[in-house]
Amino acid sequence: MISADLSIALPEILLALFAMTALMVGVFTGKDRVAHLVLWATAAAFVILALMVALQGAESRTAFGGMFIDDAFARFAKVMILLSAAVVMLMGQDYMERHDLLRFEYPVLVALAALGMMIMVSAGDLMALYMGLELQSLALYVIVAIRRDSARSTEAGLKYFMLGALASGMLLYGASLVYGFAGTTLFDGIISTIADGEMPLGLLIGLAFLIAGLAFKVSAVPFHMWTPDVYQGAPTPVTAFLSTAPKIAAMALFARVVFEAFGTAAADWGQIVAFLAVLSMFLGGIAAIGQRDIKRLMAYSSIAHMGFALVGLAAGSQQGVEAMLIYMAIYVTMNIGVFAFILSMSRDGRPVTDIASLNMLSAREPVKAAALLVLLFSMAGVPPLLGFFGKLAVLWAAVEAGMAWLAVAGVIASVIGAFYYLRIVYYMYFGEEFEELDRVMPNLQWGLLMASSVIMVVGVINLFGIESFAEAAAQTLVR
Amino acid sequence: MVGLEHYLTVAAALFVIGIFGIFLNRKNVIVILMSIELILLAVNINLVAFSSFLGDLVGQVFTMFVLTVAAAEAAIGLAILVCFFRTRGSIDVEDINVMKG
Repeated sequence: MISADLSIALPEILLALFAMTALMVGVFTGKDRVAHLVLWATAAAFVILALMVALQGAESRTAFGGMFIDDAFARFAKVMILLSAAVVMLMGQDYMERHDLLRFEYPVLVALAALGMMIMVSAGDLMALYMGLELQSLALYVIVAIRRDSARSTEAGLKYFMLGALASGMLLYGASLVYGFAGTTLFDGIISTIADGEMPLGLLIGLAFLIAGLAFKVSAVPFHMWTPDVYQGAPTPVTAFLSTAPKIAAMALFARVVFEAFGTAAADWGQIVAFLAVLSMFLGGIAAIGQRDIKRLMAYSSIAHMGFALVGLAAGSQQGVEAMLIYMAIYVTMNIGVFAFILSMSRDGRPVTDIASLNMLSAREPVKAAALLVLLFSMAGVPPLLGFFGKLAVLWAAVEAGMAWLAVAGVIASVIGAFYYLRIVYYMYFGEEFEELDRVMPNLQWGLLMASSVIMVVGVINLFGIESFAEAAAQTLVR
Repeated sequence: MVGLEHYLTVAAALFVIGIFGIFLNRKNVIVILMSIELILLAVNINLVAFSSFLGDLVGQVFTMFVLTVAAAEAAIGLAILVCFFRTRGSIDVEDINVMKG
């Protein structure tokens, strides 16, 4: 029995062992001199585990008495998490090294955060959910504050920690109420107590607190206050990491909780999620307009994008979950490209994040500017780029679910959001001449910028086949 | 007779005090850490009360997990706070203001 359980959770166990081994190797050998080695080894471990998860077959299995679920949905999310974490880590290596931040703890902490995310998306129980979430959050608090001598980085870490701990507290209070009124912490057990769709008041309050805690982790309005400050203060590679893998994990966990544990009460949570989605889409779009710092702008952009992903969830249907997964995959690809560019923004070797420094980029570096143009248009949802099809899928799912008002709100919000992306494009092509940026860009970052912009154009043909995987994933979750 | 609802009331009161401690406190970051502990303890009281009322041990197992994670969380919070103090020379809430937001 136990060996069968262990074999189901094998990727997680291997990653945990890897993280501990890497930590020991780092401590007992060359400390930061082995940081490169540890970083490459971690990235390789992520890719190998992603392959292992992807090739695991199609059936759904549960381990540890239902606490750990390994199904198509979890596997889809895990592959995205592992691959994006590996890419983002390698992409930031050059930046970390130039600014003397490449300590061997960094890849180890990223590995632990990824482990937490894998447990989150596989959670079948409130306890597994909490442990996964905390493992991820605790590792992220530390890497946000990894630039110990910078006032901004430590302040971002402190803010993230305080608000993150508050969110965990709310989530946990909700979990305790759900446990009390359902009599079990297993998602299967919780859903069987509300089989007729009628929930006791205590359970409803518990659900509301749970959603508040999860909304915080996906940075949905009104729980988004930490996002701009943390994105701006954290070192750029960490910001790139924060805006990719943890977002997938939190969104997948959100879907897991509302469907596996409360799937029969979709009418109750659908309204809350729709409310969060509308607020996020509008606030993300409106607040980004006045931003001068590109990392802060990306924070508001991610808030708005999470709002769109939540629209898919609010639809409460299989089609909605599928659209949400596709949306997340597209969002992460776009973000990797844009952050590859932001990482290379520097003047005299010092990082710059001012949007005005992009003035007339097109005259000096037409290729990079064109790639960024495609990515920004895709983020704004301009057809015929991939970002448009992501938005179309979630809004269409909302219409099919009878929430046409939500889709209309989404369209209006995306028009507002297009403004600030186009403003960057305006600076790049028609701005006034400004101090030049450095022209150096490491090959890997250049390659990723180009690759992700090419994907935005070519991907419209068949989405690289992820549609069928997303459909299989959504099928296992929504029954 | 002390029933389940009494325990839940105490826990809810502690939880609300914890939340208010975070938002109304304008002085010291340490007070925020204490408020976070208060919130987690409220959750523990809830879990143990439900566990005993339901005659189900899962709640107490959950409490053990929450206690250990709370300890790890406090350690990390204090470590970040020490770094913050080194760069700014202060831990007043009003001084956490390099970035606007």
